[in-house]
Amino acid sequence: MAVDVKQAVARPGLVRRLWDTDLAYSFRNSPVAVVSAIVTLVLILGALFAPWVAPHDPFDLSSLSLTDAGDPPQWIDGGSPDFPLGTDEQGRDILSAILFGSRISLGVGLFSTLFALALGVTAGLIAGWRGGVTDAFIMRIADVQLSFPSILVALLIDGIVRSSLSHDQQDKIAMFVLIGSIGLSGWVQFARLVRGSTLVERNKEYVQAARVIGVHPIRIVVTHVLPNVLTPVLVVATIYFAFAIITEATLSFLGVGVPPTEPSLGTLIQVGNGYLFSGEWWITVFPAVTLAALVLSVNLLGDWVRDALNPRLQ
Amino acid sequence: MKPLLELRHIRIELPTRRGTLLAVDDVSFTIGEGEVLGVVGESGAGKSITAAAIIGLLEPPLRLTGGEILLEGARIDNLPPEAFRRIRGKQIGAIFQDPLTSLNPLYTIGRQLVETIRTHLPLTDKQAAARAIELLQEVGIPGASERFNAYPHQFSGGMRQRVVIALALAANPRLIVADEPTTALDVSTQAQIIGLLKRLCREHGTAVMLVTHDMGVIAETADRVAVMYAGRVAEIGPVRQVVKQPQHPYTVGLMGSIPSIGEDLERLPQIDGAMPRLGSTPRGCAFNPRCPKVMERCRVDRPDLLPAGATEAACWLHAPEVVHG
Amino acid sequence: MIVFLLRRLLQSLAVMLAVALIAFTLFRFVGDPINGMVGQDATQAEREALRQSLGLNDSVIVQFARFVGRTAHGEFGLSYQLARPVNQIILEKMPATLELSLVAGCIALVVGLALGVFTGLRPRAVASRILLAASLVGVSLPTFLIGILLILVFAVWLRWLPSYGRGTTEQFGWWTTGLLSIDGWRSLIMPAFTLALYPMTLIIRLVRAEMLEVLRTDYIKFARARGLTNRAVNFGHALKNTLVPVITITGVQVGSIIAFAVITETVFQWPGMGLMFIQAVSYADIPVMSAYLVLVALFFVIISLVVDLLYYLVDPRLRMQRGGGGHGR
Repeated sequence: MAVDVKQAVARPGLVRRLWDTDLAYSFRNSPVAVVSAIVTLVLILGALFAPWVAPHDPFDLSSLSLTDAGDPPQWIDGGSPDFPLGTDEQGRDILSAILFGSRISLGVGLFSTLFALALGVTAGLIAGWRGGVTDAFIMRIADVQLSFPSILVALLIDGIVRSSLSHDQQDKIAMFVLIGSIGLSGWVQFARLVRGSTLVERNKEYVQAARVIGVHPIRIVVTHVLPNVLTPVLVVATIYFAFAIITEATLSFLGVGVPPTEPSLGTLIQVGNGYLFSGEWWITVFPAVTLAALVLSVNLLGDWVRDALNPRLQ
Repeated sequence: MKPLLELRHIRIELPTRRGTLLAVDDVSFTIGEGEVLGVVGESGAGKSITAAAIIGLLEPPLRLTGGEILLEGARIDNLPPEAFRRIRGKQIGAIFQDPLTSLNPLYTIGRQLVETIRTHLPLTDKQAAARAIELLQEVGIPGASERFNAYPHQFSGGMRQRVVIALALAANPRLIVADEPTTALDVSTQAQIIGLLKRLCREHGTAVMLVTHDMGVIAETADRVAVMYAGRVAEIGPVRQVVKQPQHPYTVGLMGSIPSIGEDLERLPQIDGAMPRLGSTPRGCAFNPRCPKVMERCRVDRPDLLPAGATEAACWLHAPEVVHG
Repeated sequence: MIVFLLRRLLQSLAVMLAVALIAFTLFRFVGDPINGMVGQDATQAEREALRQSLGLNDSVIVQFARFVGRTAHGEFGLSYQLARPVNQIILEKMPATLELSLVAGCIALVVGLALGVFTGLRPRAVASRILLAASLVGVSLPTFLIGILLILVFAVWLRWLPSYGRGTTEQFGWWTTGLLSIDGWRSLIMPAFTLALYPMTLIIRLVRAEMLEVLRTDYIKFARARGLTNRAVNFGHALKNTLVPVITITGVQVGSIIAFAVITETVFQWPGMGLMFIQAVSYADIPVMSAYLVLVALFFVIISLVVDLLYYLVDPRLRMQRGGGGHGR
C-alpha cells in the first residue's frame, strides 16, 4: 500500500483531533447529549448576558407601572409583545425576571459546587495523606453528616446564621451564607472520593521514593495524587451542580434562601405560587419550566459524561 | 453408530457498531455417547462460544446464524427458549470455570441441589434431599449430610468445584459441557477434579465436551481432541494421534511449545506472530501468515477438514494432489 | 451477633450524643436565650435572676449534662415564637408527618421495587425505556416543583383534589388520623405522591441497575445452565441477590422521607413537624429547631440500625466471624 509521506507526517489540526476522539464521537452520536448541551448552553448564555439580553430591567422600580400588572403571555388575549411571557402583580416582565433569576440560580449553584469541591478535595487529601487520627476524625464527621439529608444540613446552617444576626446583616450576607451552607452540605462526597484515591497513591512506590528524597508533601500531593482524582471528581461535580441548583431553588422557595432583593428562580416560583388560584399561572409556570429544563439538561449531560468516561462500559 | 451430539457448519456472528464479526466460522464435529472430546485452542479461538451455543446460552449480541446442532439426531438450535430450557440440565449439563462465582452465595448448597433435582425429577423434598446427599458423597465431599446446610463460601475451591459437578450431574444428563473446569484451581486440585470428572462420566456413561487451553489435561482425559484456531477447527482426531503425530502445522507448533521434563532447551519454541483478532482473519487459511509450510493456495482458498492419516486436518498439505504428487 | 448488635448500639449512641451536642450548642450559644424568653423591659437584675434560675451560670459540662437529661425525657423547653412547651407542639404535629411519611414510604417502596424489578428483567421493552426516561425526570425535578405541578393540574385546573390541609381528621387520644375518611385520603394523595416520587425513582434506578448486574453473574448463568425455570432464576435467585445490597440504600432513602417532608409540607400547607420546622427557622425559634433536629436524628439512627440488622440477617456471609469468599461476581 503506497503511503503519502507528507500526509502521514503532517499532524491534523487540534480541532480535527479533538473531533476524532472517542468522547467527541459518542457525543455526536447521542442526540440526548447534544440536545441537553444546547439547552444548557442557551440557558447559561441567557443568564450570563441577562443585563444585555433582557428586554426590561425587573429591578428598576421606577420603570414598573401597575397598569402593566397581571398581563398574560403575548399569545393570550390581553398580552402584548412588550412582555412576551406576561407580567407579575407588580408589572415586572416575567421573561426578564427569569433571565436574571437564572443568573442567581446558576451563580449560587456554581459557587457552592466549587466551594464543596474545594473543601471536600482538601479534606480528602489531608485525610488520605495523613491517615491515622486525622483521617479517622475527618471521616467520622463525614459519616455523621452523611446520615442526614443535605437539605436539612443546609437548612440548619442557614437557620443558625439567621438567628445570630439582625435582619439587615442577614440580607447583606445571605448570599454567602447560602453558598456556604449548600457547599458545607456537600463536601463529604468529594472528600470520600479523594481520600480513597489518596490512600491508593500514597502507597505506591514512586510516592514513597519522593518522600524519601525529601520532596515536600504538598508538592507530591499536587503533582501526583491530584491528577489521578480529576476525572471522578469532575463526574461528582456535575452531579453535584444539578443538586446544588435544586437545593438553592428549594431553600429560596421555602423562604430561607436568597434575599428577596435578588430573586432566583426558586423565589419567583414561590411568589407565583400564591397566584395560581387566581388564574395567573404564568407567573409560576415559566420560571418552573426554566428551572426544570436547566436541571434536567445538566443531569442528562452529566449522565452522558459519566457513561462516556466510564472505562468499564467501553 | 449415531453420534450423541453433532455440530454441522456452525456459524456464530457478533454484530458490532463497526460491522459484523465472525466468532465461529463453519465448525463441525461430533461427540459420541460416553466419549470425551477435548476442544483446545488459544483464548479467543472460539471454544467457549461454541460451548455456549451448544447449551443454548449464547449471550446477545452473539448470534447463531448458520448451521445446525443436533442432539441424538434431533435439531436443538432452533428450539424455542422454553423447550431448550427443558433440555438443559436434563440432557445437557454444564460446568464453568470459576467455582466461586458459579454458586449463589446466599443459598445453602443443599437447597441449590434440591432445587435442581426437583426441577427435572418428580421427587419430593425429602427424596430430593436424600439424592442430593448421595451426589455429594459421590463427588467426594466428606461429611456430606452436615455439609448439606453449608454455604458456598464455607468450602475451599476444590470442594466447590465438586459441588458444581454434583449440580451438573444431578439430573443425569447424557452430555456435559465443561468450559475450563480446572483453570481456576491449583495444580494438585486440578488433577483431583479431572480424575473425578473422568470417573463419574465413565460410571454414568456421560459424554463430555472438555474445553480448555491446557493440552496436558486433554492428553490425560480425552478420547478425541479438536484443535480450534481463529474460529475454525484446524485438526480433529484421536488424542494419541494428534499429540504424537500432529498433521496441521498449527498443532505441530502447539505440541512443540509444550516443554517436557528432561528436555534440554534454551528457549521454548514459539510460533511467530499471533492469532488474528476477530474481523482481521486473513483470506484463505487463517493460519497462513504464520505457517512455516505455507503455499500459494493457502493464501487464496480456505481448506476443509481433509483426512490426514488417523486424524483430519484443515490444511492443503493433505490435499490428495499434494499427498500423492 | 450480640457483638455486632452491641457495636452498632454504641455507634448509634455516639451519633445521638453528637447531635445532642450540636443542639445544645444551638440552644446555648446562638442568640441569647434570655432575650428570647423575656420582654424588652426586663431589668438587668431580672435577667440575672432568670439566668441563675435557669442554671445558665453553671459550667458548660453541667449544662450539657442537664440538657441531655432533659432531652432524654422529652423536655425541650418553651418555643420562643409560640410560648408553649415544645413537646406539646411536637405531639400535635407528629401524627400528620408520620402518616404522610408512612404512606409515602409505602408507595415509594412497593412501586419502586416492582418497577425496578420489571425494568431490570425486561430492559429493552418499550415500557422500560419510557420508565427509565421518566425516572431521570423524577430524580432531576425538585420536590416542590412536582408539588406545585400537581396542585396546578389537580387542584386548580381539574378541581379534583384539595390543595392544602389534611381534610377531615379523627382524634384518638393524642393521635389524629386522616386515614379514616375519604376526605382525609383525598388530601393525602398529592402530598404523599410528591414526597414519594424522589425516593421511588431512586429505588427504581438502583434496583434496575443492581438487577442487570446480577443477571450477568456466573451463578445466574449456571442456574440457567442447570435448566431452572425462568421464574426460579429471576425471582428465586436474581431477585434475592439484587435486594440484599439494595437494602441499605433503600432503607436510608425511605428514612430520609421524614426529612424531605419539610418541603412537601410547606407546599401543601400540611400541618406537620416539617412545616413547624420551617416556621421555626424563619423565626429563629431555637428550642423548636433543636427539638426537631434531635427527633429526626433519633429516627434516622433507628432506621439505620434496623437496616443494618436486616442486612446482617439476610446475607449469610456476614454472619461468619472470618468472612469467607468475596462477593459472588
